[in-house]
Amino acid sequence: MMSSRLLKIYRFYLDGFTRMTVGKTLWKIIFIKLFVMFAILKLFFFPDFLNTNFSTDQQRADHVIHQLTGTK
Amino acid sequence: MGEIDLGTVNWARAQFTLTAMYHWFFVPITLGLSFLLAFFESIYVRTGKEEWKHLTRFWMTLFGINFAIGIATGIIMEFQFGTNWSNYSWMVGDIFGAPLAIEGIFAFFIEATFFAVMFFGWDRTSKGFHLFSTWMVAIGSNLSALWILVANGWMQYPVGMAFNPESARFEMQNFWEVLFSPVAIAKFTHATSSSFILGSFFVIAVSSYYLLRGRHVDMAKKSIIVASVFGLLSSVFTAYTGDESAYANSNHQPMKLAAYEGLYEGAKGAEVVALGVLTSGKKVGDGQDPFTFKLAIPNGLSLMAKRELNAFVPGIKDLVYGNEAEGIMPVAEKMAKGKEAIADLAAMQQAGKTGDEQTKSAALERFKVNQDYLGFGYLDTPEEIVPPVATTYYSFHAMVYLGTLLLLLALLYVYFSYKDTLENKKWLLVLGVSSFFLAVIASELGWVVAEVGRQPWAIQNLLPVKMATTKIAAGHVQASFAIFFVLFAILLIAEIKIMLKQIKIGPEGV
Repeated sequence: MMSSRLLKIYRFYLDGFTRMTVGKTLWKIIFIKLFVMFAILKLFFFPDFLNTNFSTDQQRADHVIHQLTGTK
Repeated sequence: MGEIDLGTVNWARAQFTLTAMYHWFFVPITLGLSFLLAFFESIYVRTGKEEWKHLTRFWMTLFGINFAIGIATGIIMEFQFGTNWSNYSWMVGDIFGAPLAIEGIFAFFIEATFFAVMFFGWDRTSKGFHLFSTWMVAIGSNLSALWILVANGWMQYPVGMAFNPESARFEMQNFWEVLFSPVAIAKFTHATSSSFILGSFFVIAVSSYYLLRGRHVDMAKKSIIVASVFGLLSSVFTAYTGDESAYANSNHQPMKLAAYEGLYEGAKGAEVVALGVLTSGKKVGDGQDPFTFKLAIPNGLSLMAKRELNAFVPGIKDLVYGNEAEGIMPVAEKMAKGKEAIADLAAMQQAGKTGDEQTKSAALERFKVNQDYLGFGYLDTPEEIVPPVATTYYSFHAMVYLGTLLLLLALLYVYFSYKDTLENKKWLLVLGVSSFFLAVIASELGWVVAEVGRQPWAIQNLLPVKMATTKIAAGHVQASFAIFFVLFAILLIAEIKIMLKQIKIGPEGV
């Protein structure tokens, strides 16, 4: 019963995607955009500064407090 | 604190501005058009008339195009939090975490699930369930906006939290206070209702184009009836929520209000400037008349800001230099308290490192006395709390003028639709086509007012923008700015091309 319901949902999506017209172009744009953003921009240009440079929350907190107070 | 590289700060600002304004091009169309789809389809289900179904499917295609191009334009801002704004993202993580998590899990999944039914489910699901799905997409989209605006509202009026000096984080103490903050509610209602106007004028603009060309006349007229009524009602509500926003500003961000009203000298029974030209180069306290020309309504600003005709409304000068009679502390005094708070925070950290719990405890108690002024401790001069007045003032007034024009346009469209003489009013139809662009400009200007008007603060009174950034080379930010600029230009051109092509094809292409 559950598996037939899941199959119905799967076929619903499959049918919908295969019958798309304008949607196919839009999905291509979406995939290209997501690839550029996550595989290129995020990876090479937008590292999370605190997660990359510090391994514990205490280190991150210490760093931020140092920024806020000028202490070492 | 060491040297602050204003090059990095300003490029980080510029990048966030670019990405935010780009994101806000697509979002209002989604928010407004989603409800119009729900209205159109409701009429179809109610009447059973196929032309309403056809009409709905046409606008749904345009909705889909806009939505697809807009996807992921918001996540880019989250990327920037971690890279360019690491101090800020660390400090607000506990506050932003909840609203953004709820947005992602709740609103997005509602939207994404019912989205598929809305697009794929025509003739495959019951009329009732399909209509329900369309309404859920509209509600889900607007619920997404709620959580983001709650987060932004908190930046403008930080409530429901306590600053933890051990971790340098603002920790949420009361979720409901954050959610129902008057600034957050005013912001949400105003941003969404103005988006409804923009969505309405998107439909009006495209439909007016069809009427000018003598194409799809019946569909265009039907679309305009619904969109113009929705646009008119939304315009009235936007004016109301705009007033609420101004009232919230007067209570919680008086400098922003003073800036967008060009009010330098506070006054009882303060006038509101309906039309005015600011004196170029005017600085607070220089004695120059703020305006070279103005048309003002007496007592108007006191009424709007304080809901009393003769209430005192503080001006920029009062807020910078203080006003003892009105209980306004001078910024110089706040700066002194803020510097003490910073020194005590430093003392706490040093004592913590050496294990001197007594000194740390004493420093903490002193810190608590002045912590509300922490942000002021980073300012170099009292005048630094004045945002760019000209940008804020002209953006605000242009937004109001355009909003008023759009309200009048919506009224004309409703009237001539009722008279069924719209097709003959070429002048109105031409205005109608341009109205979409005017709505976009007004919508973006609203954010300029909100975000330029809060400068120099990233978090009002607690963290100035210059302390919120990461210490990275300006060149790094410049490089990613350039990439965004090119990427966005390509995507925008793609959207416009696809959208125009679909509009040219018209409902036959659905």
